[in-house]
Amino acid sequence: MYNSLSQIIKEEKVKKIPFWKVVQLDDCHEEELTEDESMAKVLELYTAMKESVANYDAKTKSRSALVGGNGGKVEERNKKHEMLCGDFMGSVIEKALKIAESNACMKRIVASPTAGSCGVVPAVLISLQERDGFSDEKMCEALYVAAGIGGVIAAKASISGAADGCQAEIGSASAMAAGAAVYLYGGAGADISNAAALALKNLLGLACDPVAGLVEVPCVKRNVIGATNAITSADLTLAGIKSRIPADEVFEAMHQIGKNMNVGIKETAEGGLATTKTGLKITEAIREAD
Amino acid sequence: MNLFDIIGPIMVGPSSSHTAGACKIGNVARRLFGEEIKSAEVFFMGSFSSTGKGHGTDKAIIAGLLGMAVDDIEIPDSFEIAEKRGMKFSIKTGNEDIEGKPNIARMNLVGVNGKKMTILGASVGGGRIEILEIDGVETSFSAESPTLIIQNEDKPGYVAEVAPILVNEHVNIATMQLHRKKRGTVAVMVIECDQEISVSCIAALRALPGVLEVTYLSMM
Repeated sequence: MYNSLSQIIKEEKVKKIPFWKVVQLDDCHEEELTEDESMAKVLELYTAMKESVANYDAKTKSRSALVGGNGGKVEERNKKHEMLCGDFMGSVIEKALKIAESNACMKRIVASPTAGSCGVVPAVLISLQERDGFSDEKMCEALYVAAGIGGVIAAKASISGAADGCQAEIGSASAMAAGAAVYLYGGAGADISNAAALALKNLLGLACDPVAGLVEVPCVKRNVIGATNAITSADLTLAGIKSRIPADEVFEAMHQIGKNMNVGIKETAEGGLATTKTGLKITEAIREAD
Repeated sequence: MNLFDIIGPIMVGPSSSHTAGACKIGNVARRLFGEEIKSAEVFFMGSFSSTGKGHGTDKAIIAGLLGMAVDDIEIPDSFEIAEKRGMKFSIKTGNEDIEGKPNIARMNLVGVNGKKMTILGASVGGGRIEILEIDGVETSFSAESPTLIIQNEDKPGYVAEVAPILVNEHVNIATMQLHRKKRGTVAVMVIECDQEISVSCIAALRALPGVLEVTYLSMM
């Protein structure tokens, strides 16, 4: 794993291979895999992501009954082409909800980078594939890009809500998805890095404050903001807009903010939304039902 | 961490630590145990007991004890499947506290042939686990690579006897830990290997005088 995006970009230039290939070769070396074996494993992940959307069931509720059915509601609105943000963004929102709800309902998902943020990367990538017909192989290359970004964030900061708050989960997922999206439209390392920086900057400081400690409220809906923010960050990048702060420094800032966060808003359910009047009422009701 | 820790695992939700981790603890326990489980007594400690139900930790660990992997879509139905297969189980809140390990589970297992084993496991984040204890002997391994657990009399010379058998098999040792219950009683070697170990090699280890038990955790 690389410790900075600038290091990957340097390799990209020196070896004259694309960003995704730098990430792949590094991992092949570490895990003693051939490039084909590695690609096959990534294709398996991408296929499982597509299945996690396809297997969504709007009638299923989570054990707490707090989550379920919202993906179906957005699907209805999308079918009528009524989404204010348009059909494409509507599709991104729908998929993010469907996958995150499936996770809460004990269905199969791909942690990317975590289970709580599992809707972000696939919602962005699958929607883009549907929109522009990229091959599965190209999508796998984009997944390498996402993993490369996530790996650097894990090395510089963390991808754990318990360590650095929700910014490290939804924020990291959004940065990963933004970089991957830019890659699909011809972006090289500098553009990938720019999109990741823009995406994460918008989500810095996000608390991990799940009601009753469950991966449900507000986690499911935060997957939507992670995914849509990735698309807007990709668009800004493709329009030529530059982040004033480089991605590697944004990752460091995230870690700094995470260190300053009170433990009550780092997955402990002892602060933020979890301890609002309603949050506590829900928590109490779940405990009684158990 | 590798690439597949960033994207992946493919798992049944909702939580990598409380669902996938719990399932893996059960699954590894089942493989260490080595026979069909007749009954399992499970104790949850720390946040496994406080927020476990909402994360399906109970269903996940039973699924693991039934042999299911973390991506098995039948995990939510594990209680019913256990009943169908005749595996009895109970889930209680325990009172053990291990510093730095917020999610732990103890499993007291009884097999269909009468074998008994108690295993303590911890979920350490991102779906990764650690086996902390087997039958009262402290251990520390992740079950990410082929692992040999050799219980022997606590006398000098066992490492020297075990090593050549592995060398002959061209097995490279990644890590090796030595533990014991009490001086002069039972010692335990936990050997994490880079390669799988053959049945004949395990038989050779079992045949060593003074070796009481050999447990092997294969990755196949």
